[in-house]
Amino acid sequence: MDAILLQILNGLDKGSAYALIALGLTLIFGTLGVVNFAHGALFMIGAFCAVTLSRLLSLSFVTIDETQKDFLGNPLKVETPYVEAWFGPQTGSAIIDWAVPLAILFSIPIMALVGLFMERGLIKYFYKRPHADQILVTFGLAIVLQEIIKYFFGANPIPTPAPDVFSGSLDFGALVGMDPNVIIYPYWRIVYFLFAAAIVGAVFAFLRFTTFGMVVRAGMADRQTVGLLGINIDKRFTVMFALAAVVAGLAGVMYAPINSPNYHMGMDFLVLSFVVVVVGGMGSLPGAVLAGFVLGILESFASMAQVVALLPGINQIIIYLVAIVILLTRPRGLMGRKGVMES
Amino acid sequence: MFGLNKKDTSLFFLVLLLVVFAPFLLNPFPEGSELAQFNAGYPDLMQRFLIFGIFAIGFNILFGLTGYLSFGHAAFLGVGSYAGVWMMKLLTMNVIPAIFMSVVFAGLFSLLVGYISLRRSGIYFSILTLAFAQMSFSLAYSVLTPITNGETGLQLALDDPRILGVSSENGAIPPANFFGIPMRESFEMSAGGWLFTFNAGYYLCAVFMMIAFYIAVRIFRSPFGMMLRAVKSNQQRMNFTGLNSRPYTLAAFVISGMYAGLAGGLMVAMDPLAGAERMQWTASGEVVLMTILGGAGTLIGPVLGAGFIKYCENIFSKINDNILYGWFSGLPEGVADFLVFVIHPFIGKGWHLTLGIMFMLIVIFLPGGIMEGVERIGRLFKRKSSSDKNSSARASAAPAE
Repeated sequence: MDAILLQILNGLDKGSAYALIALGLTLIFGTLGVVNFAHGALFMIGAFCAVTLSRLLSLSFVTIDETQKDFLGNPLKVETPYVEAWFGPQTGSAIIDWAVPLAILFSIPIMALVGLFMERGLIKYFYKRPHADQILVTFGLAIVLQEIIKYFFGANPIPTPAPDVFSGSLDFGALVGMDPNVIIYPYWRIVYFLFAAAIVGAVFAFLRFTTFGMVVRAGMADRQTVGLLGINIDKRFTVMFALAAVVAGLAGVMYAPINSPNYHMGMDFLVLSFVVVVVGGMGSLPGAVLAGFVLGILESFASMAQVVALLPGINQIIIYLVAIVILLTRPRGLMGRKGVMES
Repeated sequence: MFGLNKKDTSLFFLVLLLVVFAPFLLNPFPEGSELAQFNAGYPDLMQRFLIFGIFAIGFNILFGLTGYLSFGHAAFLGVGSYAGVWMMKLLTMNVIPAIFMSVVFAGLFSLLVGYISLRRSGIYFSILTLAFAQMSFSLAYSVLTPITNGETGLQLALDDPRILGVSSENGAIPPANFFGIPMRESFEMSAGGWLFTFNAGYYLCAVFMMIAFYIAVRIFRSPFGMMLRAVKSNQQRMNFTGLNSRPYTLAAFVISGMYAGLAGGLMVAMDPLAGAERMQWTASGEVVLMTILGGAGTLIGPVLGAGFIKYCENIFSKINDNILYGWFSGLPEGVADFLVFVIHPFIGKGWHLTLGIMFMLIVIFLPGGIMEGVERIGRLFKRKSSSDKNSSARASAAPAE
């Protein structure tokens, strides 16, 4: 029982990341009909927004403290971050500590701009081209974005810690009445899961309860008719692309403390998120979220010691295996809509 | 000749000449000169040209003719490599059994993958092949370690059985050979300042590449090839006429898988080791790039694309800031500094950035690749010359009035 609970919990954080990226992918696919291979790169850029902000915040100036001496007897050089100087040491260090959550605010405008530029500057010209061309050009874009990040940040992973408050772990087992120290779960992963749930909820609410969302849903169902009604659907779809970019970026920002960002993290996630989208059903938002969590949890179950002993290597391939089975038995995926990508 | 029409025969002989005289053609700059770093006439790189050329020709038979975009072809190359190394470990260091078994194993594996993947088309097919390739990559890294030797990669060892040959020769692993001719053996000819290298392995690759190219030409011109083109233009209509297109696409898939296996086998013949990273999806992406860059669906495009990418990869990653300063030495210092600063991200380790940008530009502006570019330029000249004729005709007509 405790082992099962532990695996479910372990699957949740990866599942959240899959779900968020897949949500954006399928949003773009459902609205614009474009297969975006650069979506993983957006996730990566989000993570590097967190890195950039934490670097910006810890920019320091050097003062020479005459009262203290270092071991050579010279006056000690003290580095003080600007933030600490401006807001006082207490508030300043708290701001630096909270760099990753603050990066959420920092990344939203950046990701929205990146999304807008991508759509208006490149993707727009590929609506009428075959899917193969869309895949290829966004694949090229992904390489370019990845290499730019590599140029500025280097090839090594950059550790980006979460705020100190979340650095510990929750003894989940003790909470539900089991023996202590059986199910231990880092706080930040709980935060990540809740955050992902909030984002997913927000996107769904936005599409469900606003007029804008209603028009977008109508456009997804029948773009031509909505256009004929005199609504500029292209403009709204562009906004949706930016929204998808923001969702992927936020997923990246919050993922930075879980796995130190490196330049190829986007590609690593991209392949899996595509599988998630296909399993969930192309163009289906609930399908993408569901499949994200299901596959995340399945993956963590498959990496249990007992399962690996029974079927060696299953933890590496479970997701692909599930995808193959699903594609062959239910070509539309778990919750795929009729008429999407069937021509 | 050989069942080819006149145009194809001349194309075939053109390719043959280019391949045979490549050691001359790729070494245009004399040894020791400033430009010698642009020479590509050394065996290692020339072999890679041909091997990736074969890989791309095979990929083009699937993608160029049927339009099925596979993102998992590197898996077949990897399977071929492993099969090749195992033949060298178990049987003999002669490369022929290794290459043969590479093709066979890659063919069988692609039959399995193709049988399942071809049930879907479009992006679903791409993702299925991608899933299979990633699966084989992960398995080669983890569970199949007894066969693939995991992260270290599969290598030859002194105590391998090699039942048809010898385990070791004078305390060393015997070199890979073709009936006694070692693959590494080269004949060097120096003429004036130039040094030309004729490598045995390169010419073995050349023979295989010409055979592969010939088969590809025949497939392109055959009724079978026509059927594959029909699949690309409208598969639904073909199905409506009562024709089952899947055997044709499956055959194309297996053939292209065998080409990938051949490339893998040749890689092993030139350098007897195999690693799992050859199967990663970025490697599959590379062959897609080569084919698109050269021109999908054309006969010679993929070979050009493969050569172009491998050449640029080699040259761009060799250039560094000092070489750039050498080039700009005639300019004022500030200008040179600025130019080097601008170019720096694109060279050396930044080669992938250049590749990505180049690839995007090609897909955006020249979907037909290099071949379309050549054709467009050709048409430009033709139109110019014909319009010249018109204008001269008009000019000559004018005085008569």
